[in-house]
Amino acid sequence: MRDVAIIGAGVTRFGELWDKSFRDIGVKAGMLAIGDAGLSGSEVDALFIGNMSAGRFINQQNIGAMIADYAGFALKHIPSTRIEAGAASGGIAFRQGVMAVASGMHDVVVVGGAEKMTDVDDASSNSILDSTADQQWEASMGATMASLFAMIARRYIHEGLATREEIASVSVNGHAHGALNPNAQFRKAIKLESVLRSGMVADPLGLFDCAPISDGAAAVILCPMDKAKEYTDNPVRVAASTQASDTLALFQRDSITSFASTRMAADRAFKTAKLSPSDISVAEVHDCYTIEGLMAAEDLGLYERGRAGKAFLEGQTLFDAGKVAINTSGGLKARGHPIGATGVAQIVEIAEQVRGTADKRQVKGARYGMALNLGGTGSAATVSILEGI
Amino acid sequence: MSSTAREWREIPGRYNLKGSKCPECGKVFFPKRSMCPLCRRASIGKMIEYKVERKGTVYTYSVVYDVPEANKRMKPYVVGMIRTDDDILLTAQIVDVDPENVEIGMRVQAVLRKIDDDGPSGVIHYGFKFAPCE
Ligand SMILES: [Zn+2]
Repeated sequence: MRDVAIIGAGVTRFGELWDKSFRDIGVKAGMLAIGDAGLSGSEVDALFIGNMSAGRFINQQNIGAMIADYAGFALKHIPSTRIEAGAASGGIAFRQGVMAVASGMHDVVVVGGAEKMTDVDDASSNSILDSTADQQWEASMGATMASLFAMIARRYIHEGLATREEIASVSVNGHAHGALNPNAQFRKAIKLESVLRSGMVADPLGLFDCAPISDGAAAVILCPMDKAKEYTDNPVRVAASTQASDTLALFQRDSITSFASTRMAADRAFKTAKLSPSDISVAEVHDCYTIEGLMAAEDLGLYERGRAGKAFLEGQTLFDAGKVAINTSGGLKARGHPIGATGVAQIVEIAEQVRGTADKRQVKGARYGMALNLGGTGSAATVSILEGI
Repeated sequence: MSSTAREWREIPGRYNLKGSKCPECGKVFFPKRSMCPLCRRASIGKMIEYKVERKGTVYTYSVVYDVPEANKRMKPYVVGMIRTDDDILLTAQIVDVDPENVEIGMRVQAVLRKIDDDGPSGVIHYGFKFAPCE
């Protein structure tokens, strides 16, 4: 296997982009990444696209071909593959790209992630999201994604692993960082009281505990590490990219206050990278719901069980707190969550951090960073560890 | 939503809480599985129909306010995870009780209820929900 480098990264604004189509944002992110890598575009020999549900959001399937075409690759006839794994689509597309380069099958690969969600109404959007749970035995029974995470939150509180305030503080942390990210959907800090008083979605979770509905796209360019310096002075090494699965339905698990898929993917990633959680300076964790972000920080080993809540509440997770900075992009809550784009946007953020180009939210001296992207209620998980060179 | 054929396929599980039991290791599953994830090949073709206990306790729950289109008329409603007396965890709505009075550990039993309907002329879906034990 070859060592793989990220040589370019790009992300669009996230938010309600009424004037932009799926093609517009998908191609824009790709062009930003290609520009960042200093490529002309003709070097690219494969494309991997993370996208959850263009079929239902914009009634378009065959997304691989569409993006390849509008990104100007149709005449080169390069292979283009769309990956779907619920909200982990982007992160798993990244891993596919990494494997393609590591194996020697391809040399210069573009990994993109995109979702256009705002062409349908909120009810349709939620129903599409709910279908990443078990449609037959969860969604059909009345369980929404928010309610599944609300049930996890209730257990967390019941077992004394976190307080309601600690869970809500994950949103405060995200918004504090979103205020520093020009591409974030919400660029305004918020108070804990605002989260606690936000309208109820699924008790105990309110509106400010939940990621918004967003449009957006992100992309990175990969090549073999030994060729990276031909393109850029500032490559990022992919130290590990792993993946794990679990039962589709949450109720089939032994525990619902920890995701075994996250723990397995993290364990495999740390072993591959020959690192431990204490080496990590910055992490992007999947927080479609506040409780999910809190649980992720514990499942990744960044905090002991029952300890992440206090860290979020006390601001130890902020970019300048000198501990592990979490969700410096704003996370899914403040940066926005265009489903298929999220996993790739996390990689973009960590790449920016470890190469020192994260601007106002730069974590000082960050060498190693990690990203966790989850699908469903942790039925799909992917972890990547990046190293600044 | 689901077709009539799909509705018919799901009847054993949704009406009668029918799952599967592995004859090799004795573990029980709900919904039914054609293979035991522990015994895999040894269990193929041998899984036995298993009727899940209809009484259990509330393991966790949520009161749903942002409700799907199909459940609009029930807003807000309670969805929960129930641990049945034979130790199977499953997801279902909790009914016949004020949402404020639902709590973890509460004793409940399965009841057959309307789940949702496909609109004015559509198929009505029935299935299990859980209500407080008398
Ligand atoms: Zn068995």
